[in-house]
Amino acid sequence: MNFGKILVKRIGYGLILLVAVVVLNFTLITIAPGDVADSIAGDMGGADAEVLAEIRIRYGLDQPFLVQLWRYASSIAVLDLGHSYFYNEAVTSLIMQRLPATLLLVFSSQILAITLGMLIGVMAARKPNSFFNLVVTFLSLFGFAAPVFWTGILLIILFVSIFSVFPVGGMMSASLIDASWYEQWLNIAYHLVLPMVTLASIYFAIYSRLTRAAMQEVMGSDYIRTARAKGLSETRVFYKHALRNSLGPLVTVAGLQFSAVISGAVVVEAVFSWPGLGTLALQSILARDTPTIMGILFFSSLVVIIVNIFTDLVLRAIDPRIRID
Amino acid sequence: MSAPLLSVTDLVVDFKTRAGNARVLDHISLSVSENKILGIVGESGCGKSMTALAIMGLVPDPPGVISSGSIKFEGREMVGLQSNELCNIRGKEIGMIFQEPMTSLNPVFTVGEQIAESVRLHERVSVNAAYARAIEMLEAVEIPDATARAKAFPHQLSGGMRQRVMIAMALACRPRVLIADEPTTALDTTVQAQIFDLLQNLQDETGTAIILITHDMGAIAELADDVAVMYAGSIVETGDVKTVLSQPIHPYTKGLISCVPHLTKTPSLRRERLMEIKGVVPALTDLGQGCAFAPRCEAILPNCLEEKPELCSLKGNHLAACWASTAEMRR
Amino acid sequence: MNDKVKIAETSPINFTNPRREMTAMFFQNYAAVAGLILLVAILLFVFVGPLFHTVDPFEMVWAPFTLPLQEGFILGTDYLGRDILSAMMAGGQVSLAIGLAAASVSLFIGVLVGSFAGYYGGVIEELLMRFTEFFQVLPTLLFSMVIVALFGASLLTVTLAIGVVSWTAVARVTRSEFLRIRELEYVAAARSGSAKDFYLIFKVILPNALPPIVVQANLMVGSAILFEAALSFLGLSDPNVMSWGQVIGSNRPYILDAGFAVAVPGFAIFLTVLAISLVGDGLNDALNPKLRQR
Repeated sequence: MNFGKILVKRIGYGLILLVAVVVLNFTLITIAPGDVADSIAGDMGGADAEVLAEIRIRYGLDQPFLVQLWRYASSIAVLDLGHSYFYNEAVTSLIMQRLPATLLLVFSSQILAITLGMLIGVMAARKPNSFFNLVVTFLSLFGFAAPVFWTGILLIILFVSIFSVFPVGGMMSASLIDASWYEQWLNIAYHLVLPMVTLASIYFAIYSRLTRAAMQEVMGSDYIRTARAKGLSETRVFYKHALRNSLGPLVTVAGLQFSAVISGAVVVEAVFSWPGLGTLALQSILARDTPTIMGILFFSSLVVIIVNIFTDLVLRAIDPRIRID
Repeated sequence: MSAPLLSVTDLVVDFKTRAGNARVLDHISLSVSENKILGIVGESGCGKSMTALAIMGLVPDPPGVISSGSIKFEGREMVGLQSNELCNIRGKEIGMIFQEPMTSLNPVFTVGEQIAESVRLHERVSVNAAYARAIEMLEAVEIPDATARAKAFPHQLSGGMRQRVMIAMALACRPRVLIADEPTTALDTTVQAQIFDLLQNLQDETGTAIILITHDMGAIAELADDVAVMYAGSIVETGDVKTVLSQPIHPYTKGLISCVPHLTKTPSLRRERLMEIKGVVPALTDLGQGCAFAPRCEAILPNCLEEKPELCSLKGNHLAACWASTAEMRR
Repeated sequence: MNDKVKIAETSPINFTNPRREMTAMFFQNYAAVAGLILLVAILLFVFVGPLFHTVDPFEMVWAPFTLPLQEGFILGTDYLGRDILSAMMAGGQVSLAIGLAAASVSLFIGVLVGSFAGYYGGVIEELLMRFTEFFQVLPTLLFSMVIVALFGASLLTVTLAIGVVSWTAVARVTRSEFLRIRELEYVAAARSGSAKDFYLIFKVILPNALPPIVVQANLMVGSAILFEAALSFLGLSDPNVMSWGQVIGSNRPYILDAGFAVAVPGFAIFLTVLAISLVGDGLNDALNPKLRQR
């Protein structure tokens, strides 16, 4: 099977998943007690039955379930996720404003966690009795057991209230609105450090442990013995032959973890007031702004699906056995 | 007689395990000269592969240790060499082919890359020249359409093809000694014959000394010049192939020979049906005082259970470690 | 139970009682024993502690943000001047209960989906695994936030919201175990004896597939506690019920002034989940001896 065919197949499958997400979203809204009309009426400070009925007709809530679902799904097909009555803005544009901040946080923390996790994991596998091995064992326990918001708060206590090195939250200092892009980026990077490290802490633990296990397994395989018999130095055997073969499991898990990473980002954004999708989700949930919530759920599923397709392609690039099947 | 290219003297390898100390190789001595094939035979677990790994300096550590003995290549001691010095011998002077062609090639690199890597490592040549050599080697091991196959990944090739690639890789730097550890065990019978022919032809061209490890007495009879029979970490009989096969002394050797029908030319050994050696190879941690083969031996003497027999010279270079043979000689 | 005995009979290695061997192995693992002791200590603190320390966790007892170990408050007081020690005990009961209940929900769904997929194979397996994949695509926390927001924050909705999003790992583990065991001889024998599917799934295969599921279930309790903590930290839990996450969430605005009010409950969660995962690792090693080397 060639590359293009696989890509088309994966995208088609991703679309089916997305439709399923939409159906699930819509079903949930419908069966939940109270509807949009109730929320709007609540915001207005109460309304009588007549006004409620009017609102229901305006939003199409009087139509049968399938009709409503069809309308909802077909407007999503053109990326129209509805109107947020809380922000009084199109949901799509709301999300588009917040998405970059979340993507920045998620990807930077993943890159940090993967690089560092791989590095430490490899060192730990290379020298089983070394300090790094202890580090991996200890951090993998810590990374699983520590609630991510607690890690974040500890970092704030340490780096903000004890040593004031980093800002407590936000993404950019307000004073820099008119500054040059260079200054703005630097400032964003400065604000990014703590949230990024917090989110990365969980995944760093996972990736370092995984790398260590994968490397140890690969080092026992026959082709490593062959590489040694060729006369390759232990360093070359390790970094060229073994590392390349350990990447597969790492990429697989990184892809599978991605929806969990987004969940983690929601919490981290709340801790550091990072103005991303997570903060938006929390605000709209507290405000019962259903279209926005559903839009975010849809969008984050979309991001996960895209990342999964990408993971699949990377896996194919790494491992020729998958590529050719 | 010219000095042997590679000689192993009194080599002892121990495995320190939780269950106790296992003597995996017990005072092994053997040697091989240019243009010769030394066969090592025995059942699985008798220490054949460990002998090969010890020569390559690849005894898995932990748990394995070379406790004593010497391995000399062209008169140079290899035991206790620094790892970078060993790396210069491995692959360049001594090549090795493994038992499992299916898993012995790295799945993420093309076979051409893997052969060229070996060349680049030991010789100062350009990337292109190394790759050209890889293709040349693939042609030498009779792989059709070598230029295209060099771009293939291991999983795209059959077992026989992969073993040819392994041979090409092992011979890419024109080593003086080639160790072939059961090169055909995992392959079909027809392919086995092809691989053996290939090894023979390559030796005729290059004069490489070959250590052929196998459990197949038939292959030994056809290819080898000398043979060493191993049992439970020791050599129990050794000598030139003709002598050992026609006048085997050790009951284990006799058993191995009678397992192969057409080899049984000696009337005294010819049986109505194929013989089998009863029992299994003992665990190396369970070895007692006496001869390791005693529990399975049909011609057991009182001495056998008490003291381990040593290799004794019978005639020329024909040696055997068996109380029966020493008793015969004394007579 | 009978089936376990069957394995022991056919396997040449198990000369000794396998269960005794497992227990022995577990107790040889120092980390696991430490985890177990820690877990028992936490349970005692949470469930027996309130008998000795009878301060109402909701009542204002002293000035807000009294530092730990001052004025007789071992862990200090929170932003409303409530005793944090009592809050830790009361909150622990809720956190542990929700963790256990939510893990049971996801265990139930996961085992059901996984065992049917693994047992029947073919189209049923394909559909069920696609269904599992679908739940893996949903960002779990966001999805359960939505459920809680739509259906109201009560102990029941929070438990269900956590359980419904976190069963996929259990389903995968169960399915792969079923795929393996389905092919074994004693299952084939039971099958040819015209046993019913239901009997085969739950009486023959499931008992033998349990070890990895038990390990997974143990981890699920830990992650469900973390999950609940995250939800209540975000303010999406029943405001009338105290849990560890809720204590953190409500004191969060004041971290720069009174870090301890947040650090203490966080530490309680950390210790609990740590203890659970240490026990889980120990169980894993004891139940899957093949993986011991790792």
